[in-house]
Amino acid sequence: MNEYKNIKESEKEITDEFSFFDSWEEKYEYIIDLGKRLEPLDERFKVGENIIKGCQSTVWLTSEFRDGKVFYKADSDAIIVKGLISMLIKVLSGHEPDEILEAKLDFIKEIGMMTHLAQTRSNGLLAMVKQIKNYALAYKSVNAA
Amino acid sequence: METVTAISPTYDVKKIREFFPVLNREVNNQLLVYFDNAATSQKPQVVIDALSYYYSNYNANIHRGIHTLAEEATAAYEATRNTVKGFINATSSEEIIFTRGTTEGINLVAYTWGRKNIKAGDEIIISTMEHHSNIVPWQILCEEKNAILKVIPINDVGELLMDEYKKLLSSKTKLVSIVHVSNALGTINPVKEIIEAAHAAGALVLVDGAQSTVHLDIDVQKMDCDFFAFSGHKVYGPTGVGVLYGKRDILEQMPVFMGGGEMIKEVTFAKTTYANLPYKYEAGTPNIAGTIALKVALDFVKETGKKLTRNHENDLLRYATEQMESIPGLRIIGNAKNKVSLISFVIKNIHPQDMGVLLDNQGIAVRTGHHCTQPLMNRFGIPGTVRASFAMYNTKEEVERLILGINKSIKMLS
Repeated sequence: MNEYKNIKESEKEITDEFSFFDSWEEKYEYIIDLGKRLEPLDERFKVGENIIKGCQSTVWLTSEFRDGKVFYKADSDAIIVKGLISMLIKVLSGHEPDEILEAKLDFIKEIGMMTHLAQTRSNGLLAMVKQIKNYALAYKSVNAA
Repeated sequence: METVTAISPTYDVKKIREFFPVLNREVNNQLLVYFDNAATSQKPQVVIDALSYYYSNYNANIHRGIHTLAEEATAAYEATRNTVKGFINATSSEEIIFTRGTTEGINLVAYTWGRKNIKAGDEIIISTMEHHSNIVPWQILCEEKNAILKVIPINDVGELLMDEYKKLLSSKTKLVSIVHVSNALGTINPVKEIIEAAHAAGALVLVDGAQSTVHLDIDVQKMDCDFFAFSGHKVYGPTGVGVLYGKRDILEQMPVFMGGGEMIKEVTFAKTTYANLPYKYEAGTPNIAGTIALKVALDFVKETGKKLTRNHENDLLRYATEQMESIPGLRIIGNAKNKVSLISFVIKNIHPQDMGVLLDNQGIAVRTGHHCTQPLMNRFGIPGTVRASFAMYNTKEEVERLILGINKSIKMLS
């Protein structure tokens, strides 16, 4: 049995949470708080090969493949990006490669954070989503081999 | 509607704001505060109208047509060249080459003058505070020619170490390419002194005027620089048009840059002869509309009065500096004695990007990041800064909103 919720359920949990917020301040305070509470990434993972470099902030991403599922850990030097990462990990980590590859991640748009995905040059978030999917794809092909 | 008052009693900022339609716009439900002027300035209605009027009334390719529209477009295009000549006090309009911007101007010199004149072992001097566009073209050239790139160091407030600069100069120095005003620090460099010393060593000097042209009075003859490059869009003009000034005798001896139409005298398959200055460097159909509108922008700057504008902007700088210095944990990067109205800063334990995102949510546009000056950021040991840069239409009230915005963001982030 999957001890994790499926991706759609996790996305809905986040959008439900955001529906309570009336102002941009509340939204960002929540994201900042998520960023602060994200489990810190061990320094040994903060190496060049794990860096997803945006123009401004740096994101580190590692993954692990266990029992047919991909587990992600990540960090960033910018706290808002870190909060957004925390949500992505909550939604995507612990799922099978196929589920991850199929995820549309509509919640990002629904909670009004699309601009962060669009700013491709200024932060690594879009690149991070790509890298998350790349890992899933790689594990999928390893699994199939 | 907020009330806007000028700081300088003789400067009517409210009236000036009326020329810029974008300033009426709301961003995230608040009246826009635009403090990203060092990246690009907003455009007055007269510039926007000039673009639209050109396309609506006399759009034609220039220099070749004999019909009325072509003649009108050519006349307007060449009128800009004449205005630029006056704006920077060049000797002749033939010394004014239109480019896409400062970057293209610098590259033009690197690819033409540089290719011809730089030999193995020669030295090119730049400084720690250069924009990437005044680093990379020289790196490419030096790599190709086995030449050496030397860098003038700076002190902790962001000023060039002039003694160190003079020590770098030698008979091997062929070119000094230096930024007039730093885009990341605001520092105004002593270009006249730099040029004198370079010339005494037998080197030419290119001045990157991307940031200075809008703020300072530019007189290329007095400065005695050999090249001066700037962009139209930072002087309230359109994007995609810039200027490279070069001393006539140097430009004449330089090889051509891009080949194509417009830049030729006669083409046969055996040999092509090139057009005279300045057309020799203007291959292809240029940004006609943008170039025509640049004249309007420069006239606008002139009419507003650079000195009055500078006083106003310096008042804003002083006020903002004072206010920011009272914010705990805030450190201003770049405290040169001579600087333009631009403040770069970092805040303890806060990433510049986070500050930028939260300010944007309050309707305030600033720039965050390394400002295309990574070596400079490394010099200060920081990944980037938040930069607020002021223009003729900014107000004290807007600075107050910035200060409130920074304080609010700090609260949210800590």
